[in-house]
Amino acid sequence: MTENQTPLLQVKDLVAGYGGSRVLQGVSFDVYREPLGMIGRNGMGKSTLAAVLAGMLPTESGQILMDGKEITGYAPNRVVKSGIAYVPQGRRIFPSLTVHEHLTMVGAKSSDRWNPNTVYDLFPRLAERKKNGGGELSGGEQQMLAIGRALLTNPKLLLMDEPSEGLAPAIIEHLADVFRQLVSEGLAVLLIEQNIHFALELCDRILIMVNGYIATEVTSEELSKNTELQERFLSVV
Amino acid sequence: MTSEQLFQIFLNGITLASVYFLVASGLTLIFGLMRVITMAHGTSYLLGGYFGFSVASATGNWYLAALVAAAIVGILGLIIHQVLIHKFQNDDLRVALITLGVAFIGTDLMAATYGGDAYQVPAPSNWLGTVVLPFAGSYSLQRLIIILISIIIGVALWLLISKTRYGAIVRAGVDDSQMTAATGVNTRVIFASIFLLGSALAGFAGVANGTLFTLLPGQDGTFLLYSLVVVIVGGMGSIPGAALGALLVGLVSQFGLYFAPTYATVFTFALMVIVLAVRPQGIMGKVRL
Repeated sequence: MTENQTPLLQVKDLVAGYGGSRVLQGVSFDVYREPLGMIGRNGMGKSTLAAVLAGMLPTESGQILMDGKEITGYAPNRVVKSGIAYVPQGRRIFPSLTVHEHLTMVGAKSSDRWNPNTVYDLFPRLAERKKNGGGELSGGEQQMLAIGRALLTNPKLLLMDEPSEGLAPAIIEHLADVFRQLVSEGLAVLLIEQNIHFALELCDRILIMVNGYIATEVTSEELSKNTELQERFLSVV
Repeated sequence: MTSEQLFQIFLNGITLASVYFLVASGLTLIFGLMRVITMAHGTSYLLGGYFGFSVASATGNWYLAALVAAAIVGILGLIIHQVLIHKFQNDDLRVALITLGVAFIGTDLMAATYGGDAYQVPAPSNWLGTVVLPFAGSYSLQRLIIILISIIIGVALWLLISKTRYGAIVRAGVDDSQMTAATGVNTRVIFASIFLLGSALAGFAGVANGTLFTLLPGQDGTFLLYSLVVVIVGGMGSIPGAALGALLVGLVSQFGLYFAPTYATVFTFALMVIVLAVRPQGIMGKVRL
């Protein structure tokens, strides 16, 4: 399905890290207009990759192209303008802002696909919590708000870092429904997950990250059948 | 002591509080909200006062003088932020030392230009005279006008920070500046605008104080100190907190001056010590994680 298309996001030989230590050691992959999963054990560099793609961490070498245009080294606000929205690990909700302020501060126009009203339609729970402060929300509500905040930038690609972390199964199921709806509208998603079942359920194509590079690419079907593969790359010893 | 005297002291305290509030509101934005420790805030205050004096003396137009002083000091603050501070914004010690250097240079430049004389900014002629108030007897009209201007500015600032989209972006930027940028906001522009606003408020405070009282060399230091006390007492980053802190400091220092003049300064700092001991985050301050 993807062979004939041009990729939306291209990542080429990306090297990055903190201080002197290299966490990403040459990461290359393409994201098409699809839900793409990326899994791997803790400490393999998944969140570092997300931070680099979001413009929060500098790259040492390598390239990031969005829609064919180079965005390597862009500050976060310019990354957003290129069409990538970031739903960070731990949600990073602003404690000083109400739910409604989170949504209005982004500045989406009412003619955009995503504006505060359509986000409330997507997450009615947030509409009930409109006036509550960011610090008063449950983990699930915070995750909805983090996704809503990202959607308001009207992105082409949603970059999600461990959205299911710490959430109850019922809420994860609700997020999965939302995820499918967004994908059916043509939104590309890069889903970085520890929760292998969540990723397998939502993505056809799965990248496995090991020690700062992409070790292999599999289909979710292959991976769910192949326990040896799961053991080798993912099991916590 | 008559009750009329008591009310006069009370009004003097409010007058002083309104000037302290103007200086401290700028500081609470820059230091309290943005967490940039600026030691040059008193310099902005005195420089604003001197500019106000020069423009008002030359043109006879107080309003123009206040506007020009606030604008020039605001723009100078913006330049200092962009050129000297922005790069090191998260390095507190370095920013404190850089702004201390700016303050020293500013003090000397002002001394070289304006010398050691005391100046008073000429007020508009229709501000002169007194108003008869209930309980207090007659009180200076220009003091009441400055109090009113302070209240208007305070309410406007509070609305700006707590009710507008700009204010929400500022608060988000203070919570998590990277994540704010990741919603498409250019945080550098936002922080620069806060620095401009905070410095302009200090500049205007110089004009206000120079109109009611006098401008003297050395006031840059004392006003930095008092605005720090106000911000710490009221709670960092809170506009209502700065108003409350200014009110307490103003009243304590005026009543102290009347009842025990020798210890007036001690009372002000004792107030700070008590607040810090009982409520370290300041009266209206939030505990930060």
